[in-house]
Amino acid sequence: MHVTMNVNGEEVTGEIEGRLLLIHFLRDHLGLTGTHWGCDTSNCGTCVVWLDGEPVKSCTVLAAMAGGHEVRTVEGLERDGELDPVQRGFMECHGLQCGFCTPGMMMTARALLDRNPDPSEGEIREAISGQICRCTGYASIVRSVRWAAAHEAADREPADHEPADREPADHEPAPQKPVVLEPATDVTSGATP
Amino acid sequence: MTATDHRPAGFENNDQKPLGYGRMLRKEDPRFIRGRGRYVDDVQLPGMLHLAILRSPVAHARIVSIDVSAAQAHPKVKAVVTGADLAEQGLAWMPTLSNDVQAVLATDKVRFQGQEVAFVVAEDRYSARDALELIDVEYDLLDPVIDARTALDPGAPVIRDDLEGKTDNHCFDWETGDEAATEAVFASADVVVSQDIVYPRVHPAPMETCGSVADYDRVEGRLTLWSTTQAPHAHRTLYALVAGLPEHKIRVISPDIGGGFGGKVPIYPGYVCSIVASIVTGKPVKWVEDRAENLTSTGFARDYIMRGEIAATSEGRILAIRTNVLADHGAFNGVAAPTKYPAGFFGVFTGSYDIEAAYCKMTAVFTNKAPGGVAYACSFRITEAVYLVERIVDCLAYELEMDPVELRMKNFIQPDQFPYTTKTGWVYDSGDYEPTMREALRLAGYDELRAEQAERRARGELMGIGVAFFTEAVGAGPRKDMDILGLGMADGCELRVHPTGKAVVRLSVQSQGQGHETTFAQIVAEEIGIPPDDIEVVHGDTDQTPFGLGTYGSRSTPVSGAAAAMVARKVRDKARIIASGMLEVSVADLDWTKGSFHVKGDPSKSVTIQEIAFRAHGAGDLPEGIEGGLEAQICYNPSNLTYPHGAYICVVDIDPGTAHVKVRRFIAVDDCGTRINPMIIEGQVHGGLTDGVGMALMEMIAFDEDGNCLGGSLMDYLIPTALEVPDWETGFTVTPSPHHPIGAKGVGESATVGSPPAIVNAVVDALKPYGIRHADMPLTPSRVWDAMRGVPTPPI
Repeated sequence: MHVTMNVNGEEVTGEIEGRLLLIHFLRDHLGLTGTHWGCDTSNCGTCVVWLDGEPVKSCTVLAAMAGGHEVRTVEGLERDGELDPVQRGFMECHGLQCGFCTPGMMMTARALLDRNPDPSEGEIREAISGQICRCTGYASIVRSVRWAAAHEAADREPADHEPADREPADHEPAPQKPVVLEPATDVTSGATP
Repeated sequence: MTATDHRPAGFENNDQKPLGYGRMLRKEDPRFIRGRGRYVDDVQLPGMLHLAILRSPVAHARIVSIDVSAAQAHPKVKAVVTGADLAEQGLAWMPTLSNDVQAVLATDKVRFQGQEVAFVVAEDRYSARDALELIDVEYDLLDPVIDARTALDPGAPVIRDDLEGKTDNHCFDWETGDEAATEAVFASADVVVSQDIVYPRVHPAPMETCGSVADYDRVEGRLTLWSTTQAPHAHRTLYALVAGLPEHKIRVISPDIGGGFGGKVPIYPGYVCSIVASIVTGKPVKWVEDRAENLTSTGFARDYIMRGEIAATSEGRILAIRTNVLADHGAFNGVAAPTKYPAGFFGVFTGSYDIEAAYCKMTAVFTNKAPGGVAYACSFRITEAVYLVERIVDCLAYELEMDPVELRMKNFIQPDQFPYTTKTGWVYDSGDYEPTMREALRLAGYDELRAEQAERRARGELMGIGVAFFTEAVGAGPRKDMDILGLGMADGCELRVHPTGKAVVRLSVQSQGQGHETTFAQIVAEEIGIPPDDIEVVHGDTDQTPFGLGTYGSRSTPVSGAAAAMVARKVRDKARIIASGMLEVSVADLDWTKGSFHVKGDPSKSVTIQEIAFRAHGAGDLPEGIEGGLEAQICYNPSNLTYPHGAYICVVDIDPGTAHVKVRRFIAVDDCGTRINPMIIEGQVHGGLTDGVGMALMEMIAFDEDGNCLGGSLMDYLIPTALEVPDWETGFTVTPSPHHPIGAKGVGESATVGSPPAIVNAVVDALKPYGIRHADMPLTPSRVWDAMRGVPTPPI
């Protein structure tokens, strides 16, 4: 079947099998290998991408279901050569080691900060609790997100310093079109049943 | 200087006195945060095919027949291969790292659920999986052996009938220490405490599963293998020995690896299958296991059923420790441990205490479970050893009604006793335990915690404080004692300084997230004065790096880190001679300050390492006997292991209504000798502590009585998320290693080793009002609930 979607701001099309998972469409068809696959059961969250502004686990979304929608991956975090504060935070606060869970963690963190610019430690932990990291013990990930929040707050202080590459539309959590993806959109249902 | 300015905000004035460049940001991170890491599954080659493995659905059965005709008829299938096909080429069995053999594909029997039976090569991932469904295997079911305690029963089914003359499930016996001397001490001791302790089967479950891409060039006879391996050089040699391919025609590339934790040390059948498939089809072939395959078939950890015994005076002076261990090795002995150490380094079970005698007797058995045993950051079984000693010492404290800290302090090996030879023959290089323990007490506010606990207990609340103190043994070799399948455990390093003073350092070890590209640049920078940003670190490619045994057992810094320092010193020695020519003085008249040589007494006459590098490659004569260029290579053979230590304190609260354990605080004070990059050290400690929470409270690979794995997905095998762990509180002391060139010791596995006993000790301490002295991991609510009701059950 034929599928067309917007990935990181670009229209892409593909001829796919109906059963193809979004993660494999992104990785194998588009070569966007920044999004990783780590389990088959929506537990690990290494595959988190955005679908119309919502973090979803792309191992449990069919590529066909993303047809006509907007997908954002880790490759789309950097804008015009400018790193997202979340990316900088992960680097500054040692929020990663092997780097495998990192793209998914950063996508969730970006979504969290867009709807809650000043999250507490508990709110950050809850937001990433549908994702697993085996290296960092999470403390440095929490610090990384706090770092990003603090730097974005500082950037916002003088209104004329608002970064030009920040499109308010990107930060709207509500999807433009109805998407029925309940199991995958629930980023808080993780390894703890 | 730009390199030091890279320190993160808030750490410019850190007083941690790390080596040289200290808390430098990681050089590898820019690619990872952009999604530009390159992992095995990211490798895409033209014409690449995909491999999927058919696995046994049962734990023990004879294979009656395999019909692959329908799979072969699938339009997108290029090849279907069974054990019988491999047997024709002599490839159906391969050696394990413990001199046993393991089936690549089963020929006669399947011996564990998840064992490899056949593989399919197809045009895409999905078709390969489809075709697996078309293979028809007829099994004749056999009784399985699941509980290791029954493996040696008369009449137990014999699992390894492939081994000539094998009539039971005995794997090996091993002992260490002095049995008679230990018995004598026990016989006359005031107090003897005995406790059965199980370390259940767990799994490292790195976020990236295992996989490989094999590309065999039929014309050149050359194999390139991208694979998820922690030991690319050792794997290359083994492929040469097993498959008969000439070693110089094999290139193993271990690119970015998504976590290893020891699970990526062995050679798995899947790697071999991908090689065979590429040779058969003439195309590149990719194999990536799914999570169920990862959890059910690749490297498990632990599975030690232990009895610990401790003898002491009534005042709390520990006299002797004795243990009897039943080790479950699964269907094949796939342990990745040095040849002379079938139980790994379990011999350090005497811990951090100065005792009179010790003895261990171990029996290892085969069962119908996946092979493995050494993985999950265990430092070659030191996790088991430390858990045993730190649990049994707490049992003694319970019986003596002594504070567990006081008991430990009373028995510590003292600083003036180092180097200290234990009663099982391990020579601890250095240590100063009491300050480390006191630092942990200070950070925890131990006395206040005990006061709070007393108040809470009076109110009927369950609060526990657990203490553990560990001594690790990391950095294998030395090669005279330690080899894996005959390969000595030494590591090479090569350093090349380019004409403009930039450098490339090539390592035999390989990173799975440890940050080698940063740490090793820092080590070399410290020694030779070239900023870390000007030093490229190359690793994980056998064509690009010198031979060495790889990264596991926390051996990178103790062995390869020493190699990096020594090769830099070798280059510096040559630079000194060249500098003497440039400054027209003798080498004895030169002083080194980081980055330049100057004439003694006249700092204005100096040359930088960059100027020396250019001269080494430039025009004009060099001092007599000196060749052009500025480079060196060495192979470092460590004279001993390094012995880091640490003091851990855990605070838990247990809900009396649900038996749920909440880790409220965790204080970890580590001493890993000279610290290179404190940020990376803390990160590794944090990760290991999280492993500890997982093992102590959540993780277990369990089986039902038929041998069905009950932990085959991340829905069943529970790994801590951000909600199960606290914000870690870390501290440190520094006791340098006397034999390591920069005084560093390994640290990567310390926290995984030290945290489980601290957590279990805390839970048991919380349950003291119930009169409980021990409960086995994992301390899930149901197991804690059972313990509270006086029916603690050991895990199977």
